[in-house]
Amino acid sequence: MTTQYESVIAEFDPIIGIETHIELGTNSKMFCSCSAQFGGDPNTHVCPVCLGMPGSMPVVNRAAVESTIRMGLALNCSIVPWCRFARKNYFYPDMPKNYQISQYDEPLCINGYLDVTVATANGPQVFRVDIERVHMEEDTGKLLHAGGAGRIHGATHSLVDYNRAGIPLIEVVTKPILGTGDLAPDVAKAYVAQLRDLMRALGVSDVRMEEGSLRCDVNVSLSRPGEEWGTRTETKNVNSLRSVERAVRTEMLRQADRLRAGDRITQETRHFNEGTGDTTSGRSKEGAEDYRYFPEPDLVPIAPSKEWIEELRATLPEIPSVRRARLQRDWGVSEFDMQSLVNAGALELIVASIDAGVQPAAARKWWTGELTRVANERSCELEELTVTPNDIVQIENLIAAGELTDKMARSVFEGLLQGEGTVADIVHQRGLIVVNDDASLIAAITAALADSPDVAEKIHSGKIAAAGAIVGAVMKATHGQADAARVRTLLLEHLGIKE
Amino acid sequence: MSLDSDLTRQSAATLATAIARKEVSSEEVTRAHLDRIAQVDSRIHAFLHVDAEASLSQARLVDAKLAQGVLLSPLAGVPIALKDLVATKGVPTTCGSRILEGWRPPYNATIVEKLMAAGVVSLGKTNMDEFAMGSSTEHSGYGPTHNPWDLDRIPGGSGGGSAAAIASFEAPLAIGTDTGGSIRQPAAVTGTVGVKPTYGGVSRYGIVALASSLDQAGPCARDVMDTALLHSVIAGHDPRDSTSINAPVPDFVAAALNADVRGMKIGVIRELQGDGFQSGVLERFNQSLDILTELGAEIVEVSCPHFHYALGAYYLILPSEASSNLARFDGMRFGIRVDDGNDRSVEQVMSATREKGFGAEVKRRIMLGTYALSSGYYDAYYGQAQRIRTLINRDFAAAFATVDVLVSPTSPTTAFKIGEKLEDPLSMYLNDIATIPVNLAGNCAMSLPIGLAPEDGLPVGLQIIAPAMADTLLYRVGSALESALVDRWGGLLISEAPSL
Repeated sequence: MTTQYESVIAEFDPIIGIETHIELGTNSKMFCSCSAQFGGDPNTHVCPVCLGMPGSMPVVNRAAVESTIRMGLALNCSIVPWCRFARKNYFYPDMPKNYQISQYDEPLCINGYLDVTVATANGPQVFRVDIERVHMEEDTGKLLHAGGAGRIHGATHSLVDYNRAGIPLIEVVTKPILGTGDLAPDVAKAYVAQLRDLMRALGVSDVRMEEGSLRCDVNVSLSRPGEEWGTRTETKNVNSLRSVERAVRTEMLRQADRLRAGDRITQETRHFNEGTGDTTSGRSKEGAEDYRYFPEPDLVPIAPSKEWIEELRATLPEIPSVRRARLQRDWGVSEFDMQSLVNAGALELIVASIDAGVQPAAARKWWTGELTRVANERSCELEELTVTPNDIVQIENLIAAGELTDKMARSVFEGLLQGEGTVADIVHQRGLIVVNDDASLIAAITAALADSPDVAEKIHSGKIAAAGAIVGAVMKATHGQADAARVRTLLLEHLGIKE
Repeated sequence: MSLDSDLTRQSAATLATAIARKEVSSEEVTRAHLDRIAQVDSRIHAFLHVDAEASLSQARLVDAKLAQGVLLSPLAGVPIALKDLVATKGVPTTCGSRILEGWRPPYNATIVEKLMAAGVVSLGKTNMDEFAMGSSTEHSGYGPTHNPWDLDRIPGGSGGGSAAAIASFEAPLAIGTDTGGSIRQPAAVTGTVGVKPTYGGVSRYGIVALASSLDQAGPCARDVMDTALLHSVIAGHDPRDSTSINAPVPDFVAAALNADVRGMKIGVIRELQGDGFQSGVLERFNQSLDILTELGAEIVEVSCPHFHYALGAYYLILPSEASSNLARFDGMRFGIRVDDGNDRSVEQVMSATREKGFGAEVKRRIMLGTYALSSGYYDAYYGQAQRIRTLINRDFAAAFATVDVLVSPTSPTTAFKIGEKLEDPLSMYLNDIATIPVNLAGNCAMSLPIGLAPEDGLPVGLQIIAPAMADTLLYRVGSALESALVDRWGGLLISEAPSL
C-alpha cells in the first residue's frame, strides 16, 4: 500500500526554495548605536534613528557588513565589489519609516552553495543547494495586540515595541532546489539546520530559534515530469526546523490535491499554522504589493576591498562539513550513527558537552539516547530541552565518583526535564544516594539467592550469565540505588566463583 | 561701527566684532531683533515660532562665556533664524506642515549643535513651503510669507521665511535648505545672499528630508562675507550622515576676503538665458558680466545641452524620494492623528491623517513619486531621470574643463504676486530652471543681488556655480562682484528696500 505522500511523489516532482532571515548577533543595531540585545523593557533600545524620527539618518554598522561577508564566504559566494542598500516601501505600524532599508537588485553576496547531507534508507545523500544571494536588511518592530482575546482580530488596540526595529538581519536566498523527490521536506529541514550551524560556527549569530531569530519563507511548487515548472506558493514565517519540514510536506500534499482536481495553484503567500501543520492562504501575489524599491539615498555604496575580504576570509572557522568528518573520525563512529546524531540536532550539544569535559561516548549516549527520545516525544528540538551540556558534566562526574548509578542518572535527567532544579537539587530531593555499603548489599544478595535457589546452581554449573537475575533482584530491592557492577562482583565472591 | 545706529541694520560680522569687543551684548543684539520681529512680522510672517525668553537666555549664556574670556566662534552672540525643517530639541518643528503640528523633536540636528557650540543664538523657526515643496512659500500649511520689497509678492520658496526674515532685518543670518533652489531663488527675489554648498558639505542629520539625494542646508545673509562666516560654522564631516564629505573644511572667509577675479574664466550658460527670462533680469545680468569683465575676468559662453532635461528629471527624482521620505508621517508616532474614535483601522487612521495633514502640493508630489517608482514604470521614469543626472554631470564637467565658474540669472523672473501661479504648478516649477541642475549634479552655487529690474523695481539675483568642493570660488567671485556693485550703489541693495 502506498501512502498519500508516496502517491504524490509518484506523480509530481517538487521544486523548493527557501528564504531565511537570521538576526545577526552584533552589539548594536544595523543603522544606529542602540543595543541589539533581545528583550529589554519595551521601547528602551530606541533612538531617533531606529524610531524613524523626521530628519534622522542611518549609518551602516560595519560589524554587520563583516558578518554578512563572512557568511557569504562560508557559503562559497562571490562578494560583489560594489553594492547599495535599497528602500522597500510599504505601510505597516511596526515599520518606523514605512520603508525598510534592505538590499534589492544589488546584494552583497551572490552565487554560492551549501552541500546538505540527508540520511536516507540507502545511507547519507548529499544535495548541493545553490545560494542565489545573501543580503543585509533591518528588522521591524513588534506589535502587541491588547484587549479582546489578545489576538489581532478582536483586539481593542495595538501597542508597538520598537526594540527590535533596526536589528540587523541577513537574508539567505536559495536558487530553486530541484531533484529532491521524496526527500524535499528532509532537504529543506537539513538545509536550514546546516545554515543555522554555519551561523553559529561563524559566531555571527547564536540563532535562538525560540526567540524568532531565524525565520524561513518556504517556496514550493509541483510539476509532472517533463512539464513546465508549476506555480509556486510561499509559506511565510516558518520558525522551527520541524515546521520547515512539515510546511514543505503539507504544501506538497495540498497542491497535489488541487492539481489532481484540475484546479490552478494560485501564486500567493501562505501562513503556516504551528498547531495543525496546515497552511492557509495569505495575500495573493497577483495583486502583488508593489514595494517601489529604489537605491537608499541616505547611505553611500558599500565597496569592500579585496584586502578586507581576504582578511575576513582568514577568520573563517573550519567549515561544518569538514569539521563533521573530523569529529566522526575522532569519535570513531559510523557514518550512519554520525548522520543520525546530526539529524537529531545533537552534534553541537555533544561537542559542547565534550568541550565541557564529558567523555565522547558518554556525551553521545545521553544526547542521542534518552534525550532524543524525550525530544521526539515532545516534538521539539533537543536544544529546547531544559538540559545543558553543563548538566551532563555534573552527572558524569557523579557517576565517575560512584555517587550515581546509571539508573539514578536517568532519574536526574527526568528531574531536569521536568524542571525540578539543578542536578544537585534533584539528587537531594529525589534522595538519590548510592548504596555502597557492602554488608547491606551482601544481605540483599543472600536474600535474593534464597528466593531463587536454582540460580546459584546455574552459576555454579558455569552459567555465569544467570547472575543477572540476582543483580536485578538486588537492584530492585535497593530501589536502583546500588551499583550493579559492585553487586555482581560481590555476588560472584559470595559464591566463590572467579571469572 | 557706530552702535548708535539700529542694531538690526548691521551685518553679522559687524555685530560679532562688537559683541566680542563687549561694545554691545548678545542679549542687547538679540533683544533688538526680537523687538523688530514683534514690530514687523505680523506683516511679513517670516516666523512660525519665536520663543523670546529662550533666545534671550541663550544670549545671556554667550555673554557669560564672553565675560569669562571664552570666544566661542567668529559669530558668537549673533542671532539666527532657522528654517522650520531643522530639528531643534524641544522646539516645535513643523516643516510648514499641519501634519507635524505639535511635534517637538527629541533631538537636535547636527547643524543646530554646531550653531549652539559656536554661540549663535536661535531666534526661532521660519516659514516655508510645506516640506520644502514650492517656490513661493504659499504652500505653507500656516499661510504665506510676504516679500519685504512688496507685501503682495512672494518671497520665493521654499525658504521664503528665512529670506524674508533677513530682508526685513528681523535676523542677520538664517539657515535655509536647497533641494532645487530653495535657498538661492528666495535670496534672488528678496535681494539677499544665499549659498547652496556642495552636496555633503553640510550635515543633513536632523534636517527633515525632502529628497535626500538633492537636499543641502546652507547659509543665508545680507552679504557675501556673512554667508562665508555662517558656512564655516555649519560645514564639516558628520559621522551621523554618511553622505557628508570627509575632508577638511576649506577657508570660506579667506576666500571672501580674496575678492579678486583677475585672470579667471567665467562661463555663461547658453541654455539659461533668452526665452522665459524677464528682460530686466537679463539686463541686470548682462551688466554684471560687464562688471566682471572690468574686474579682469574673461567671460566666455558655454553650452550645457542636457540642462533642457533637468526640470523633467528633477520632477521625477524629487517626488520619488519624497514619496518615500514622507511615508513616515502616518499619525502613529508624531504630529497629528486623525481618528474619529469609531474603531477605525490603522489604514483608515493613516489615510485620514494624511488627507488632513498634507496640503495639495505635497499630495501631488507623493502621487507623482509613487507612480514613478511603481513596478513597470521605474526604468522609464526614475531610471531614466538618473541617466539624465549623469548627463548633466558631464555637461558641468565639460564646462569646468574650460572655465573656473559658471554664471546665470538665479531665477528667470523677479518676485511674482501671491496667488499668481498657485493654479499653474508647471509655471511655478519653471522658476527653478536655473537652480535645479546644480542640485542634480551635487556641486555648489551662490545667489547674490545684482540690482533692481527696471520694469518692476524688484531685486534680481545672479547665480555663481562652482565645481563640487570648490565652494571657495563662490566666495571669491561673489565678494568681488558684490564689492564692485556696493561701490556703485553706495551700500547694499537691501538698504533700498522699503522700510516696513
